[in-house]
Amino acid sequence: MTTDEIEKLIKNGLPDASVDVRDPMNDRTHFEATVLSPSFKGKTRVQQHKMVYAALGDSFDGPLHALALKTGVPN
Amino acid sequence: MSLSDAMKERLTNDVKNNNVVLYMKGTKDFPMCGFSARAAQVLKAAKVDFADFNILDDNDLRLGLKEFSEWPTFPQCYIKGEFIGGSDILLEMYESGELQEMLKDLQKA
Repeated sequence: MTTDEIEKLIKNGLPDASVDVRDPMNDRTHFEATVLSPSFKGKTRVQQHKMVYAALGDSFDGPLHALALKTGVPN
Repeated sequence: MSLSDAMKERLTNDVKNNNVVLYMKGTKDFPMCGFSARAAQVLKAAKVDFADFNILDDNDLRLGLKEFSEWPTFPQCYIKGEFIGGSDILLEMYESGELQEMLKDLQKA
């Protein structure tokens, strides 16, 4: 999986989000993402992460091993 | 469906009978994944006892938890019966002091 593919999936599910996906170890397995979206407003962190996971669908059952996630509402 | 009634009951009891539970890859002393290691480290730094369950040893547990928590990844942490999240959320809550506040009454001297 590539950072572009992950970014695309998240953006499909959360069209108003700004998404930054990184592959810090360059192994295409352990990714980091920062997702900022107005739709996170009033949501708990658990709810925000669940919205991102929903966008990623069943990727975690296959090509996506690990994604360190930071979510928030844009300033 | 991977979440049987028996598994649901087991998990409900796990998180009710233990103030702090970490479902992780490996154990708190021998974590098998960086994220699980980090979550265990955060809980140790917060000075609380916690029950650890190794999901790599039990595939039914692993699959059941994904549905029970509606969360696709591990580790997963529960505090006082409430789903808290994974290692990213634990670390954020530790850094903001929110976690210590939540665990105040459980901290070891």
